[in-house]
Amino acid sequence: MDKLGLYFSYPFVRYALIVGVLIALCSSLLGVTLVLKRFSFIGDGLSHVAFGAIAVASVVGLADDMILVMPVTIISAVLLLSSGQQTKMRGDAAIAVLSVSALALGYLIMNIFSVSSNLTGDVCSTLFGSTSILTLKLSEVVLCIVMSVVVVTVFVIFYNRIFAVTFDENFARATGTKAGMYNLIIAVIIAVVIVLGMKLVGSLLVSALIIFPALSAMRVFRSFFSVTVCSAVLSVVCAMCGIIISILASTPVGSTIVAVDIAAYLCFVVAGALKKGSLV
Amino acid sequence: MSEIICRDLSLGYENSILVSGLSFEIRAGDYLCIVGENGAGKSTLMRTILHLQKPLSGEIEYGEGLTPSEIGYLPQQTVVQRDFPASVNEVVLSGRQTGLKGRAFYSKEDRACAEENMEKLGIADLGKRCYRELSGGQQQRVLLARALCATRRMILLDEPVSGLDPMATMEMYQIIKKLNSEGITIVMISHDIRASVEYATHILHIGSEIFFGTTEEYRRSPAGRIYLESGIADSEDMGRREEDA
Repeated sequence: MDKLGLYFSYPFVRYALIVGVLIALCSSLLGVTLVLKRFSFIGDGLSHVAFGAIAVASVVGLADDMILVMPVTIISAVLLLSSGQQTKMRGDAAIAVLSVSALALGYLIMNIFSVSSNLTGDVCSTLFGSTSILTLKLSEVVLCIVMSVVVVTVFVIFYNRIFAVTFDENFARATGTKAGMYNLIIAVIIAVVIVLGMKLVGSLLVSALIIFPALSAMRVFRSFFSVTVCSAVLSVVCAMCGIIISILASTPVGSTIVAVDIAAYLCFVVAGALKKGSLV
Repeated sequence: MSEIICRDLSLGYENSILVSGLSFEIRAGDYLCIVGENGAGKSTLMRTILHLQKPLSGEIEYGEGLTPSEIGYLPQQTVVQRDFPASVNEVVLSGRQTGLKGRAFYSKEDRACAEENMEKLGIADLGKRCYRELSGGQQQRVLLARALCATRRMILLDEPVSGLDPMATMEMYQIIKKLNSEGITIVMISHDIRASVEYATHILHIGSEIFFGTTEEYRRSPAGRIYLESGIADSEDMGRREEDA
């Protein structure tokens, strides 16, 4: 406990906790929608695109790589989600192609035009987010807070529409809801969440933040509202536990958070089975 | 009073015309069944009426004050819905989307409307239940209640009884008949030709031959005769097979 108190006196630990909690909250909100729309892997695909964009940004020597990463990711998200229904390439195939291409080209670019002495370390921390969460500047924390407020507000305002579009897009369209526009909003939110989430757990693990809380909540709860609330709470709790454990046990932050998410998921599976009255 | 008039419609996708020369009129209070083979363009017609798709040519005229978003719609169930965690209340309430306009949340009125329609369909006590845990018949009633929330005049149903057991099918037909007698115009896609000629006032047959007219005229038309006889033969055949088993 003393050790924990000592750590909390450092601002970078507090920053990490604030940012971690906010990112966890945002990423869990749309998890339900993505899982149900069969887009669980969009997080993976987009984060790899973001990885490629970061590689380009570092090679070009941009001081603030967000200028490049955010727009590129948002555009990819819009393309992926809008093409989902009626294209030559099916949604999951498109995600796979985009994701591996961006990953491969990003690494290639980093290798060829490398400016850093510790390339492997750079790549590893981008993929697994090992240290970036603990090296946040105040300006990044503020950016993260602003983004989170925007994401949560947009989600709350459009909650009913997002539900309708997810549950039955055709009906929503038929009754005059601009489904295309809401898919666009969902895509943009996802992209923002992923770029933020990469800081916390790295680009390979960001999908976990999005889908695990939603999957866990869906095991136990039976209405969209309760599932959404539960996954948000669960995600925040898991992120906090993960960050604290990683500080105390000196484990990598990202993978610790995901490990806690997995543990929570298993608990919820058991709880869901017990609730049903059978362990099948 | 005419609710919908279609003139010389051609439907289909970019390269393939499914059906052309389609003209018919739906009047307030009608009960129209759309029948025809698979892939003849029945669902496409429905999607076109709802503005989900553009006709290749021809025009659709809507009756006074009837916008496509005021037509209730009961689509075929999607894969997504089978494991969707949503309570019945949430699903029915989502039918009030049109009325939301600029608001973010549903009002008391919206909730009252949802409740009223759930009572009408006998599912008021299911409100808190999870949609995916209901039986097929109950799910269809929930979706019908949602459609009723969106309209007071007209409902389009896309094969509302497919996959239902005989009991639930009967109940569904009774509910639809009751709604029709309360003045709601019904347009229904159906494969159940017997029930179609039993309940509907008008029949639209889409296929190699297009027929539109009252049910009586359909019984006497060549297209109707062939289809009716084969339909009845089919179901009798099935009945016999069931007896054998």
